[in-house]
Amino acid sequence: MAEIQDYNSTPKYETFSYLPPMTPEKIRRQIAYLVNQGWNPGIEHVEVARAGAYFWYMWKLPMFGEQSVDVVIAELEACHRAHPNHHVRLVGYDNYSQSQGTSFVVFRGR
Amino acid sequence: MAAKKYEAGVKAYRQTYWMPEYAPLDSDILACFKITPQAGVDREEAAAAVAAESSTGTWTTVWTDLLTDLDYYKGRAYRIEDVPGDDTCFYAFVAYPIDLFEEGSVVNVFTSLVGNVFGFKAIRALRLEDVRFPLHYVKTCGGPPHGIQVERDKMNKYGRPMLGCTIKPKLGLSAKNYGRAVYECLRGGLDFTKDDENVNSQPFMRWRDRFLFVADAIHTAEAETGERKGHYLNVTAPTCEDMLERAEFAKELKMPIIMHDFLTGGFTANTSLANWCRKNGVLLHIHRAMHAVLDRNPHHGIHFRVLAKALRLSGGDHLHSGTVVGKLEGDRHATLGWIDLMRESFIPEDRSRGIMFDQDWGSMPGVIPVASGGIHVWHMPALVNIFGDDSVLQFGGGTLGHPWGNAAGAAANRVALEACVEARNEGRELEREGKEILTNAAKDSPELKIAMETWKEIKFEFDTVDKLDVVNR
Repeated sequence: MAEIQDYNSTPKYETFSYLPPMTPEKIRRQIAYLVNQGWNPGIEHVEVARAGAYFWYMWKLPMFGEQSVDVVIAELEACHRAHPNHHVRLVGYDNYSQSQGTSFVVFRGR
Repeated sequence: MAAKKYEAGVKAYRQTYWMPEYAPLDSDILACFKITPQAGVDREEAAAAVAAESSTGTWTTVWTDLLTDLDYYKGRAYRIEDVPGDDTCFYAFVAYPIDLFEEGSVVNVFTSLVGNVFGFKAIRALRLEDVRFPLHYVKTCGGPPHGIQVERDKMNKYGRPMLGCTIKPKLGLSAKNYGRAVYECLRGGLDFTKDDENVNSQPFMRWRDRFLFVADAIHTAEAETGERKGHYLNVTAPTCEDMLERAEFAKELKMPIIMHDFLTGGFTANTSLANWCRKNGVLLHIHRAMHAVLDRNPHHGIHFRVLAKALRLSGGDHLHSGTVVGKLEGDRHATLGWIDLMRESFIPEDRSRGIMFDQDWGSMPGVIPVASGGIHVWHMPALVNIFGDDSVLQFGGGTLGHPWGNAAGAAANRVALEACVEARNEGRELEREGKEILTNAAKDSPELKIAMETWKEIKFEFDTVDKLDVVNR
């Protein structure tokens, strides 16, 4: 049994939450992918205790048509500065499927 | 128009049912059969016979034929083509007027198209290769209870395939031990677990006990991980009344998804259950036991693309599609073809994928393909590449067989999945760089590392029996 390791469950928050936190460069690449898919970036945040809810607080409005990775990063950072303890996630709204093409937490809350 | 006279006797089928000049209507149901005729039966006669026997014809003329307008109702064989690389058979295309079939009834369509005609003596073997359902007919069917987008929204899963696992051993566990296995998988990072299709309500585990412990497992795992979870509770039952009773109890327990076997259960039961699911907000996972009996022989039976289309009409939110890379049969191009038929709104004719007709589903929701059977973490890069985001990848042995148990196995799969999605989004080629991507991800995941060591050598490299006809050449 010595070689068997115990597995501890910890709170997760869907896509990419099983990977280590992304480096800024990796985050840039994911944002570039989102924008290249033709999706509209949107930012949401929430207290850690309420992370399981469907609806998080919307940060301003979705950035319809935004193509600049830098602009998206600046907004993510602004949201994080305003709510340093919250989860901050980036959503890619796909208006053709009328759903979200992707959604992942960029800044993990405490 | 001059009235016809009644003449008793037997007429060649071709006189009535072979119409090469016929231009199919947009509203016709079109079928492509692969016909292997008996020796001495020519192609036109065999094609006409299939058209006749699957629509209005019988072996002899009857006087009551003249009481109706058979020219309106008859099926018409309108085209014959060679099967590439196979001289024993040929393709026959048949057009059926839409009024031959009851609206919204896959049952009725199949009773004609794959009914008595399949036992007809003048043909040695017969296979239904593809069916074009006109949008007029599609609109009369309920289709998937929810569809891909609604499922994503309900389950809160975006930007990646979902992960599942069938609980094993498939028979013999008690309800509480079974619930334990479910809980371990879900807390480790899977989105779904699944009843094996063989699990209904046997003496070792009655359905109600199973549902109760599974519900507890799901609610506990959701509370622990903060993620939404589901288990396909199999409501396949001896009678429709039993099936619906089980479905009702699943809903009472707030379970997000149930499951049905559409071929062994039958299309009538399946369509009723799909309607119940739509009405009650419960997702419907569809298993396909018995399909290989129908679809594996390249000369006889029903191609899986037809069964998949029939399921989309009858209703289901998930359908097992084959994996391409695992232990079960499935040609890659053909599989990609029917995956499109399950998910997309319009699928053009594409002979390189075995698709014989354009298929327009209009606004009918899509079905999520489920890849399940003999797959493990090493297959992950190929699976993400083949199936894309709108899929469920199910690792049964590949989760439960992990040396440290279900939760670690689930975590290994989840890490591998997310690493592959991340790499794909960065523009990397998954099937070429798969090993590097997984090895790198395993640096932060001891669960993945040990999984990769465990399944390094397992491969299922047998040739497929049912190849596309262009490949048989």
